[in-house]
Amino acid sequence: MNEKIIDSGNIKDRTKKNTIHLGLWTGAWVLATAGAVFGPKFLWDFNTLPTIIGISIHICIGFGMIYANKQHLLGMDEMQRHIQHEAMALTLGVGLVLGMSYELLEDIKLISFEPEISHLIILMCLTYFIGIIRGNRRYQ
Amino acid sequence: MKNRLKVLRAERDWTQAKLAEELDVSRQTINAIETGKFDPSLPLAFKAASLFDMLIEDIFQDKVDS
Repeated sequence: MNEKIIDSGNIKDRTKKNTIHLGLWTGAWVLATAGAVFGPKFLWDFNTLPTIIGISIHICIGFGMIYANKQHLLGMDEMQRHIQHEAMALTLGVGLVLGMSYELLEDIKLISFEPEISHLIILMCLTYFIGIIRGNRRYQ
Repeated sequence: MKNRLKVLRAERDWTQAKLAEELDVSRQTINAIETGKFDPSLPLAFKAASLFDMLIEDIFQDKVDS
């Protein structure tokens, strides 16, 4: 019955603090992604060791971001969490279904270009954004 | 689900923000509960009952009861 609450502050302070943490982790992950993508080409000429280190840092920061997101969710109240869960479920579903279809389009030669993971990420971001807006409007 | 949160709040001259602070939820959540758009969990219902020193069923009623 006891809901796990992160931090003893009130919900406003808690959400603000957790949002800042999540933002910092997300920013660090974006930078680590850029390092892992562009580093081999522009900084260390595809040297294996720095590339492995870059990818390892990217993965570690990624897990830190996942943990920060979990803390962010746990710090919310139940309605906010419900809105987030619905938006995430929508994002997962749309990402899986349309992502698979997009990949198939190339396999069956209906499109001539190679599907990029960045297209899927953009689709998931937009879907999540729409899900959050829809959820907030429903409970207004 | 119907509830008497708005009435109980008004009796104490509390704002939604004050009740939200007491229950450790957002003001938007209090508004959604009061307007029947969101049903609280059992722990939150217990918390509200404890805050107003009442039974849960005196605050929250199923719509079919009336």
